[in-house]
Amino acid sequence: MNAPLPARGCSTTPVLKERGQREVFCGLTGIIWLHRKMQDAFFLVVGSRTCAHLLQSAAGVMIFAEPRFGTAILEEKDLAGLVDAQTELDREVARLLSRRPDIRQLFLVGSCPSEVIKLDLQRAAERMNAAHAPHVRVMNYSGSGIETTFTQGEDACLAAMVPALAPTQTRELLLVGALPDVVEDQALALLSAMGIQNVRCLPARRSSDAPEVGPNTVFALVQPFLGDTHAALTRRGARHIPAPFPFGAEGTTEWLRAIAKEFAVPEALFDQVIAAPRARAEKAIAAVTETLSGKTVFFFPDSQLEIPLARFLTRECGMRAIEVGTPFLHRDLMAPELALLAEGPTLSEGQDVDLQLARARAARPDLTVCGLGLANPLEAEGLATKWAIELVFTPVHFYEQAGDLAALFARPLRRRALLAPLAPAMEAAE
Amino acid sequence: MKLTLWTYEGPPHVGAMRVATGMKGLHYVLHAPQGDTYADLLFTMIERRDHRPPVTYTTFQARDLGADTAGLFKTACKDAVERFAPEALIVGASCTAELIQDDPGGLADSMALGIPVIPLDLPSYQRKEGFGTDETFLQIVRHLAKPVARTAQITANLIGPTALGFRHRDDITELTRLLAEMGVGVNVVAPMGARPSDIARLGAAHFNVLMYPEHAESAARWLETTFKQPFTKIVPIGVGATHDFLAEVARITGLPVKADTSRLRLPWWTRSVDSTYLTGKRVFLFGDGTHVAAAARIAREEMGFDVAGLGCFNREMARPIRQLAKDYGVEALISDDYLEVEAAIAALQPELILGTQMERHIGKRLGIPCAVISAPVHVQDFPARYSPQMGWEGANVIFDTWVHPLVMGLEEHLLHMFRDDFEFHDEAGASHHGGAHKPRVDTPAQTAEPETPMMNAEPVASTEAPAPQTGEMVWLSDAEKELKKIPFFVRGKARRNTENYALGKGVTAISVETLYEAKAHYAR
Repeated sequence: MNAPLPARGCSTTPVLKERGQREVFCGLTGIIWLHRKMQDAFFLVVGSRTCAHLLQSAAGVMIFAEPRFGTAILEEKDLAGLVDAQTELDREVARLLSRRPDIRQLFLVGSCPSEVIKLDLQRAAERMNAAHAPHVRVMNYSGSGIETTFTQGEDACLAAMVPALAPTQTRELLLVGALPDVVEDQALALLSAMGIQNVRCLPARRSSDAPEVGPNTVFALVQPFLGDTHAALTRRGARHIPAPFPFGAEGTTEWLRAIAKEFAVPEALFDQVIAAPRARAEKAIAAVTETLSGKTVFFFPDSQLEIPLARFLTRECGMRAIEVGTPFLHRDLMAPELALLAEGPTLSEGQDVDLQLARARAARPDLTVCGLGLANPLEAEGLATKWAIELVFTPVHFYEQAGDLAALFARPLRRRALLAPLAPAMEAAE
Repeated sequence: MKLTLWTYEGPPHVGAMRVATGMKGLHYVLHAPQGDTYADLLFTMIERRDHRPPVTYTTFQARDLGADTAGLFKTACKDAVERFAPEALIVGASCTAELIQDDPGGLADSMALGIPVIPLDLPSYQRKEGFGTDETFLQIVRHLAKPVARTAQITANLIGPTALGFRHRDDITELTRLLAEMGVGVNVVAPMGARPSDIARLGAAHFNVLMYPEHAESAARWLETTFKQPFTKIVPIGVGATHDFLAEVARITGLPVKADTSRLRLPWWTRSVDSTYLTGKRVFLFGDGTHVAAAARIAREEMGFDVAGLGCFNREMARPIRQLAKDYGVEALISDDYLEVEAAIAALQPELILGTQMERHIGKRLGIPCAVISAPVHVQDFPARYSPQMGWEGANVIFDTWVHPLVMGLEEHLLHMFRDDFEFHDEAGASHHGGAHKPRVDTPAQTAEPETPMMNAEPVASTEAPAPQTGEMVWLSDAEKELKKIPFFVRGKARRNTENYALGKGVTAISVETLYEAKAHYAR
């Protein structure tokens, strides 16, 4: 059911680069899903009350308990040099680890304030490693808003893990990017059915399962925002398998095909393994496509998933993209996607939110994909929206979720169609 | 440096956003890095606002730090004024921008923007959200309020309600009605709904109604000094407090008290026989100081509860809350560390928690019912229906809200009558709450803790889950079995009373005898 390849694609489409107010999360937000994925890890943000408040607001209260993340809040006396911030940090970490013996990996996460005052978390991590090894491994990365946008926090975290991975000469396949366990298991099952053994995941669910890496490692990215991790793995001698990302039936097929080629999986076996799940995915997507077909979509920048998702919606669901915004466009990783995405939409990188809102209002898309800060205001202006964060928090990869992914976009449209129109008086009131 | 897992208050610039978002015609230019825009979703999602908060963020990045962040700020100011045409601008820094010391106030002042520019100095590393609301509103009032003639009719300003407040929207309506019944008009409501031009005429009112001291006490004091406007000290939450408030308004205005209590139902509801079961229920109160103080009085005088403990998260209210606790014969808990609050609740084993959304979750973990009385807020705290806390309707709402999480009166009697019945047993939960019916499983008597937290979504994380304070004491298996026959909503109390009794008697092994001796001892 794949659409034919586009004549030109978007590979050479000029990109509208904008700078201005950005309505996006910072990289700290990734902690919300990373701590669920890495079940023996604690994420300690060294930052301000704002960081703590962001995490709480982004996480909501869904996982309220004593969570495996927290914020060491800098106080006036830390900044004024009245106390040694490094000593303070040692004390808080020692207290934390003694209370939480289940913790085997500790991430010190830099924030905007800790970066601005140049608090050296690298040094802190080395010192703590000496103190708490081998029970706990301490690593550090920055999730600060001055350096990272939303999903780049995961990239920074995984990139920080790479140098600590043990070396190996074994030929292994590494799947890179945090996926919900159920989805990861589906991917592993498909690869296993093709006879590909020695598949490891980064991040691993538990630190004891951490993968090894070396010159015979090949890796596939399951998320499009992992540029720094890609570079860090390449530095360790591992080789990337370029492919479109595994969203939708086509994306999943092409992603699997690239790996199958690398491992010389016989074509007949490949076709046999994917036949049933692919047919299921196409059937599920087809059911949803009734709602989406012919509709226009406008992406505000959020997670770097925008280009692969636009490719999915346009090629498999019959939508037309008006603008595809992304916080950061990684040309190399995105090359297979851009080749598939039909020419037409504006590609934009970065953001000046007021200018972009003006473009969205002028275009009146049938569906606007945007952050939570913009969704209700746009709905109130009569534009249907899909909040982007759900695309990151919900299992959407691979065949079995392809229908769910399409349904996430269809639901706002179906809802609008279901609800009785507002009484004229009410519309006037707004 | 202090480790924080969950917080009761955001940073002070979020307080400033609450003021700005409540107002109209005001814009906030916030010098802040990318990511601080998360705060917008508090307003658009939790409060379901249909407009973006009136905030422009400069969104500086690492590469700007060596360059011209001050230039970015000035561009943001200029663009905001052109795009949104506000009547006045407030400018300030978030925590990161505070460190780079660009002086937003000075920069904006130098730009001749043609509208009043109000600089905010909100120390992010010392203060919190509550300070942010109070200080921001004070600065807006100081800069914009002008001497004006008093209104001919006796009028009041309602000051303190902000965006993201706990039921502020409906409290305004209720108070306006109460005052109207007295013959007092409302001059200006602020910050909620006010424009900068409305702030200019605050001085026309004869007095101020200070709705929420957390958000407007500094402004109330400034207005008292500057415009000789007295302000009310009583917050009219609860029947008694509302009567006292009206008497206070009468004292200030010289008008006679006029109150239409025909729509007030709490006094009869609490006296009707079904409510006998509320008698002496042990409650724990926690939230912001104002709501806790009001709730304590309602709990004791209007519901007939026993206040087992109370406290507040905002240090600004520590003194009055400590005094209040003394009146109630309990120790005040002044803390913004939710683990401390959880430990206090676990030790006290109250039958009902009146707290914030944080305590609601603590209650879920400990299996103790909770009603929400204060911010920090949650999407649930913005109901579609009219549900104030203040005035007569507020009292009605509070009665319903507090009773709802409990097992209903008649049902409680039935559970006592049929305790241990094979169908009608306590683990089935309150009949008016959701959840599937759980058939009773007979567990061997030696099983230790029957009360597993219901919603502990993260089992590995509950290392701090407080164990009952048994110390060296041992429950014999028959006594443990007997304890389980006591309905769950009084089981914690029974356990605690028995242990206290045993402690007093020097008993270390608790038998069925001890259990019933303790029961007789604490009978009331």
